[in-house]
Amino acid sequence: MYDIAIIGAGVIGSAVARELSRYKLKILVLEKELDACVGTSKANSGIVHAGYDPEKHTLMAKLNADGNKAYDKLAKELSVPFKRNGSLVVAFDDEQLAHIMKLYERGIENGIPKLRIIGHAELLKLEPNINPEAKGALLAETAGVVDPMLLTISLLENAVMNGAECKFDFEVKSITPENGGYTLKSDTESVSAKFVVNAGGVYSDKINDMVAPPRFKVNPRRGHYFLLDKSEEGIVKHTVFPCPTKIGKGILVAPTAHGNIILGPASDDIDDRENLGTSEDCLNLVRKGARLLVAKATTRNAIRVFAGMRAEPDTDDFIIEEAKGAKNFLNIAGIKSPGLTAMPAIAEYAVNLLKDMGLSLEKNKKFNPIVERSLFIDLSEKEQAKLIKKNPLYGRIICRCENITEGDIVDAVNRPMGATTVDGVKRRCRAGMGRCQGGFCGPKVQEILSRELNKPLDSVVLEKKSSFILTGKTK
Amino acid sequence: MKNYDIVVIGGGPAGLAAAIEAKKQGIKKVLVIERDIELGGILQQCIHNGFGVHIFKEELTGPEYAQRYINMAREENIELLMDTIVTSITKDKRVRATNCGGILDIQAKAIVLTMGCRERTRGACAIPGDRPSGVLTAGAAQRFINIEGYNVGKKVIILGAGDIGMIMARRIVLEGGEVIAVLARGNIVKGLTRNIVQCLDHYNIPLLMNHNIIEIKGKERMTSVVVAQTDERKDVIPGTEKEYECDTLLLSVGLIPENELSRQAGIIIDRKTSGPVVNESMETSVEGIFASGNVVHVHDVVDFVTEESCRAGRNAARYVKGEISAESEAMNVVVSGGLSYCVPHKIRLSAMPDKMDLFLRVEDIYPEAKIVIKNQGKELARFKKTHLTPGEMIKQTVVKALFKDCKGDLEITLEVEGGKK
Amino acid sequence: MEKDLVCIVCPIGCRLKITGSIEKMVVSGGKCTKAIGYAHDELTNPTRMICTTARIKGGIHKVIPVKTDKPIRDEFKFDVVEEVNKLNLVSPVKMGDIVIANVCGTDVNIVAERDM
Repeated sequence: MYDIAIIGAGVIGSAVARELSRYKLKILVLEKELDACVGTSKANSGIVHAGYDPEKHTLMAKLNADGNKAYDKLAKELSVPFKRNGSLVVAFDDEQLAHIMKLYERGIENGIPKLRIIGHAELLKLEPNINPEAKGALLAETAGVVDPMLLTISLLENAVMNGAECKFDFEVKSITPENGGYTLKSDTESVSAKFVVNAGGVYSDKINDMVAPPRFKVNPRRGHYFLLDKSEEGIVKHTVFPCPTKIGKGILVAPTAHGNIILGPASDDIDDRENLGTSEDCLNLVRKGARLLVAKATTRNAIRVFAGMRAEPDTDDFIIEEAKGAKNFLNIAGIKSPGLTAMPAIAEYAVNLLKDMGLSLEKNKKFNPIVERSLFIDLSEKEQAKLIKKNPLYGRIICRCENITEGDIVDAVNRPMGATTVDGVKRRCRAGMGRCQGGFCGPKVQEILSRELNKPLDSVVLEKKSSFILTGKTK
Repeated sequence: MKNYDIVVIGGGPAGLAAAIEAKKQGIKKVLVIERDIELGGILQQCIHNGFGVHIFKEELTGPEYAQRYINMAREENIELLMDTIVTSITKDKRVRATNCGGILDIQAKAIVLTMGCRERTRGACAIPGDRPSGVLTAGAAQRFINIEGYNVGKKVIILGAGDIGMIMARRIVLEGGEVIAVLARGNIVKGLTRNIVQCLDHYNIPLLMNHNIIEIKGKERMTSVVVAQTDERKDVIPGTEKEYECDTLLLSVGLIPENELSRQAGIIIDRKTSGPVVNESMETSVEGIFASGNVVHVHDVVDFVTEESCRAGRNAARYVKGEISAESEAMNVVVSGGLSYCVPHKIRLSAMPDKMDLFLRVEDIYPEAKIVIKNQGKELARFKKTHLTPGEMIKQTVVKALFKDCKGDLEITLEVEGGKK
Repeated sequence: MEKDLVCIVCPIGCRLKITGSIEKMVVSGGKCTKAIGYAHDELTNPTRMICTTARIKGGIHKVIPVKTDKPIRDEFKFDVVEEVNKLNLVSPVKMGDIVIANVCGTDVNIVAERDM
C-alpha cells in the first residue's frame, strides 16, 4: 500500500508529488495519459502573475502572492527558463484608467511589491510598439514568464528522482475506501493508498464524486492561442494585457520564456472536457484583440495555433480542502488562473493540510531539489566542444529551428521519467517546437525514440495512446 | 580555422551545381557542407520522373538527376562535409558548422548559399480544429514513404494543389492507400499542369477547385475533416460544408526559402520571394556571398535551379579570382502589371554577360500576354507569351545589347490582351 | 471526335484540341510536333512511367527508388508495383541496374534510380 496516491500529473499533481518527496513517503502519481503535462498545464499563457487580480482575502490572493515569490528559486532548482519581464495592464480611456487604479489598490492590499501606474509617455517608452492611443498602464515588475511544460515535467521528474513512482496510462475509474485507505482502479489495474490527492484538473469534480457527495462543479473552458515565430521577438518585452473584463484577463501579447511571442487567449465554454480543438471565431478574436493592443502583433508569422483547457470552478476561489465525507482525501480543484503562478504555494499549502489530516512527515534526508539540464545550444563554445568530444551525438543537430542535437534528444528520452512520445521529446528539449513544427526533425525524433526505447518505428505516437503517426511499412 | 576559396552551404541540386561549376572555373579549394548523411537534397525523395528535360534532354527521376551531379562532384574531387550543420555565417564570410567531430570554424573567400526551402505547416495557415496525429506536410510524407519506407495513412485528403501534394496523391494510391481528393484553395492550381494530368487525372483523383478545410477532427489520430467551398475572396460559402472521413491530411500549401543563416549575415531579403535580393551574378547584398536555387526563390523545375546555380558558382569563382568588374551602378529591376517578381533583382551592366536569363513569375493566369521591358519610359523589348500561370516560372533570355545606355530602374511589366482568363 | 488534352511531353504543358477521327487526327495547340504523337498515343495506347520503391538490405536506407525503364501500358501500373513489392534487393546496387527484367511480360524492365 502506498502512503499517498496523487491523481493527475499536471502542474499541481507534479508539484505536490515533489513537495511530498521531501519526506519519507511511498508516493504514487496516477496519470491517464502517457506523460506528464498533457492537459491544462501544457496549453496556457505561461504567465507568472504579479497578484493584483484576485479579490482580497481569497485563497487565490494569498497563494498567488506567495507562489510568485517562490518562482526564482524553483525555476533555478529545476533548470526551467523563467524571466521576470514585468506585466502591463493597458488602459485606453478614463473608465479603464479608473479600473487599473482599482487593480493597483487591490495589488497593494494583496501585498504585491513593485506596482506602479505609468502614463502614456512612459508606457510608449517601455513598449514602443503598443497602440499609441493607450492612456496609461499598471506596471507590475514582479510578473514573469515561464515554460509551463518543462516546469511541470521537471517537477515530476524531480519527485521521481527522489523516490516517487508514476503510473502513466492509468485512468482512475473508481475509488473505494478499503482497509483504512483507498483502492483506486483503472480498467486493468488496481492500486491502494492511505491518502489520496485529487489533482484531476478538469475531471477533479468527477473524481471527488467517486468518493464524496458532489460539492463543486468544474466547467471546461477553452482558451485559444497563436504562437509566433522567434523572428517576432522583441515586438513586446512585457506581458501586455488589455483592461480585464468580467470573463477574464483578455487577450494578451507576451514574450514566451523561449523568445517567441504568444497571443491569446480567446475563451469559450464547452461541454466536452477533451475538446482541445480551435474554432475560427475564437482565433479571429485573438487576431483582433492582439492587433488592438499591438499593431505589429499580426499572425503572419504564426507557427502554431492551439487551445488549452481550463478548469473553471463554480466557486469563486480555488478549492483546496479535505473532501467532505471522505477522510484522508484531499481535493485540489478549480485551479484556474493564476493557478500556474500559485502552484509552489499550493503544493506547500496542500502538504500542510495533509499533515493536519494525519499524514506523518519524516524528512527525506537524501532529498535533492536539483534537476540538472542543459541544452547544447545554451552552452558556451568551450563547453559545446567538450560535450561533443565526450558524446559525438551532441554534434548532430536534429531540430534546425531550435538547434537541438541528437544528444539532447537522447537525453530527453533516457533521463528519469524520460519522453516516450514525440510531444514528450518536444516538451523536454524543444525539438519540433520551432518554425517548421517538426517537419524536418519529426521523422528523426521518431527514429531516435524507436531506437532508444527499442520499439518499432510505427509504434511511436505523437502524444496520446492512439495518436500513431505511421501506418506500417510500405513493403 | 580552416581556409577555403568557396564554401557552398547545402548539397542539394543547387549546391552541387554551384560547387561543380566553381571547380570547373579553376577554383581549387571548394567545400560543400550538407546536413544530411547523403547528397542530393530533396531530390532523393522525389522518386518520380520529369527532371532534366532542359539540361539532359531526357526525363530523369529525382534520384537519377541527383546521382549524375553527385558523380560529377566526385570526379571534380570536391571536398564534402556530410552530416554537418552550418550554425552561423558572417559578413566577413566566416562559417561555423557543427558535426559529430566537433565545431568547425572556416574562413571562406566566397560563400554560395544553397539551403533550399521548407514547407508551410498547419500552424502557419491556422487551420482550426483538433490537433491529432495524421496531419503532416506533403514533403514529410514523401520522405516517410520514399526514403524510410513507411506509409503515413490509409485514407488521405490533400490540401493545396502544389506539385508535391499532387505527386504524393499518386504515390499514396500506388502504395495501396486511398486519396479522397486534392483541394485547391483558390481557382488557380499552384503546381505544374502535367502533374494534374499525370498524378490526378490518370488515377481518377478528384481535384476540387475553390475548396478549403475548415475543421480538423480527431482527439488522437485524425478521424475526419470538414471541407467547404470558397468564394472569390476565399471566404467559406455557408451551407457547402461537407465532412469527409479520413485518417490523414497532407498539406501542400507553399514553400518558404530557408534564410535564417542569410538573415544572420545581414543579407537583405526580398519580401516577395522571401529570398535574398540578388544581382545578375547571383550575388546577395553582401559582397562575396552568392545564393541560388530555392533559397532565392521557389522554383518548379530543377533544371532552372541547376542553371541558376551554375551562374552563382561561376560568379563566385570570378569573385575569388578578382574578375568581377562592378564599375557600373546596379539597375533595380522593378516589376508591375501582374508580374509578382523577377530574379535577379538588380543588374550591373559591367558584370552582365552578353546573354542572360531572367526568371519571372506571374500572379494570375494569362492565356496570352506580352512581357515588356522598359527603361525611363522607353520600350526596349517585348516578348510574346502564352499560357502563363503562377505555377510555372517564366525564363526569359535577354541580351546585354538591349540595355545599352540604360540608367535607373529597369521596368518589366505584363501587357495583357484579351484580359484575364 | 473532339477532345481536349494537355500535352505532358515537356513541362510547358500545351493545351491540345483533337478533332477528326482516330485514324485521321487533327491536333492543334501544340508548340511542337511532339504533341501529335502524344495525342495519338494517349487516345489509342496510353502508357505511363511507374516510379516506386523496393526493399533493400545493407543500404543507407531500407528502400531504394526504382522505375520502369520505359513507359508501360496503363493497365499494368498496379501489377508492376505489386511485382516490385516482392523484391528483396541487397546493396550494392548501381543506378540503372535492372532489378526486374521484362516485368509482367511487358518487355519493360525495372531499374534502380540511384546507387545504394
